[in-house]
Amino acid sequence: MEIIKELPEVFEEFAEQRKKSFLSMKELKDKGVPVVGAYCTYFPQEIAMAMGAATVSLCSTSDETIPDAEKDLPKNLCPLIKSSYGFAITDKCPFFYFSDLVVGETTCDGKKKMYEYMGQFKDVFLMELPNTQKEEALKLWRSEIIRFKEYLEEKFDVEITEEQIRDAIKINNAGRRSLKALYETMKNDPVPIKGQDLFKVLYGSTFKFDRSQIPEEVDALVAKINKEYAEGKMEEKKPRILITGCPIGGATEKIIRAVEDNGGIAVTFESCSGAKSIDKLVDEDNPDVYDALARRYLDIGCSVMAPNPNRLELLGRLIDEYKVDGVVEMLLQACHTYAVESKGIRDFVTGEKHIPYIAVETDYSQADIGQLNTRITAFLEML
Amino acid sequence: MNYVGIDIGSTASKVVVRGEEDFHFVLPTGWSSKETTITIKEKLLSQGIDVNSEANRVTATGYGRVAVDFADNVITEITCHARGGRELCGDNCAVIDVGGQDTKIILISHGMVQDFLMNDKCSAGTGKFLEIMSNRLGVTLEELFELASTGNPVSISSLCTVFAESEVISYIGEGRKREDIAAGVVESVAAKVAQLAQRKDLPEKVILTGGLSNNPYFTDVLSKKTGKHVEPTAFGRYAGALGAALLAEEKRR
Repeated sequence: MEIIKELPEVFEEFAEQRKKSFLSMKELKDKGVPVVGAYCTYFPQEIAMAMGAATVSLCSTSDETIPDAEKDLPKNLCPLIKSSYGFAITDKCPFFYFSDLVVGETTCDGKKKMYEYMGQFKDVFLMELPNTQKEEALKLWRSEIIRFKEYLEEKFDVEITEEQIRDAIKINNAGRRSLKALYETMKNDPVPIKGQDLFKVLYGSTFKFDRSQIPEEVDALVAKINKEYAEGKMEEKKPRILITGCPIGGATEKIIRAVEDNGGIAVTFESCSGAKSIDKLVDEDNPDVYDALARRYLDIGCSVMAPNPNRLELLGRLIDEYKVDGVVEMLLQACHTYAVESKGIRDFVTGEKHIPYIAVETDYSQADIGQLNTRITAFLEML
Repeated sequence: MNYVGIDIGSTASKVVVRGEEDFHFVLPTGWSSKETTITIKEKLLSQGIDVNSEANRVTATGYGRVAVDFADNVITEITCHARGGRELCGDNCAVIDVGGQDTKIILISHGMVQDFLMNDKCSAGTGKFLEIMSNRLGVTLEELFELASTGNPVSISSLCTVFAESEVISYIGEGRKREDIAAGVVESVAAKVAQLAQRKDLPEKVILTGGLSNNPYFTDVLSKKTGKHVEPTAFGRYAGALGAALLAEEKRR
């Protein structure tokens, strides 16, 4: 199959930074590297990596294209879904535009219905993600991973061997180990760096086309942080905040800033760009690579799972290990699963961990920054 | 030593001075919190309080708190209202603050803020709503409550202030009694405040602060809606500024 190599028609209208992203994607495509885009941490990256494809995260994080999306989608829908769809239909996202295939999962209701429309103008492969983590669910998820592999083989006319998958697992595990070592520097009290700087690296790593480069770059950064810490370079001692909830990035980094501009420090992120997607490795010793992948990915503690014990397990562990003083949960407007789960999280954090909890609902606009600052500052003053 | 609490609200700015001097005053915030701040500074000076002197500690709060450039501390209105509220109602209570542009429910337990809620993105359960509706009915806020106390409330169902105003206009068009419309307006605000409050388990002791705090008719309606006895407070309008002054003193120690 012919991969996408031409720039979109609207290219000339873009600002410099966006043009750059388009051009670097084009460079990759000119080398003949296929690109597989995905929206979710449930996406089993290793399968696409095994065929030599670059994988990229497509979750959009700005309100720029929401009006375009609202022509097709309801206004009262999660901004992440609207923004992602908006960037897709307007050709404004270089990563979506150059993706030869987009992989979606049946995670939340909003996303899975949105993919139906996206499928009308893009090749979308929808994986059926179970909403429980039982043995039967694991069987289904394993078979979905195999179905995805077969789809790639047919579409790109390649063969994906178990050996290649095993190699991809090793590469990704190495990346996860390094990223984990990076965020674990925040166990120090006081912390070596600001949470917003840590977040930039974690988030940026989801745009690394060649994932085998992650360990080297991140390890160097960890070494630098540790060296400087030993020399006394560190942040002031401040209340230590864990951020949990819906995916953060771009516009919603305002939550991290609200914490750090008002006297707190974000020490750890129990969310998609943070521990949620990095904490666990794929079992390299499992003779069945598909089973190993299925177990690793199905175990992710996202609120689409019911029940969702793994989120509490991770949350509890992070609260203890990072000596967390308070938990801030970010809920995106109209994200039902996280919003409903919020009570369970509050009960767990305040009842079992005995630390304060606050949930703030927001969207991709900057209109609520004043209110967010007041709420979060008041929360920090409580600690 | 004097401790000055300045609460720059969206509608009114409140000042409380404690220490060697002991007085308080309120003035409208107007369009510029910067200018209001200057007026406050001058007014304090005329009463012998130089805000720039080391002998006077200033804490600013309220949505315009950042405009108070001479403040020694800036603390959110939630913490200040909680501290002031605690002074007025004790160590275990809830403070309902109906402000000009937001409404807060603050739960205080063992003298500490245990939890709080604020209305978001909507002015329906706030003083702003009452202000708009009294303008529409051509009366002052005081007159609105007087009228309301003798009326049978009409139902105002819209959650949006703009749509609710349209509802009021259609009642006016139908020739409904002003008393009934006024009663409907007050009930609508109380219902929205109660809706917010009911997301938490309110303790037995609940007080009202903010501009309406000394209005027994409003606390009666609010009590009915929340199912708790909401007490009016004479000094409730100053709760934020009082809390700020107390915190200025405590920070100093």
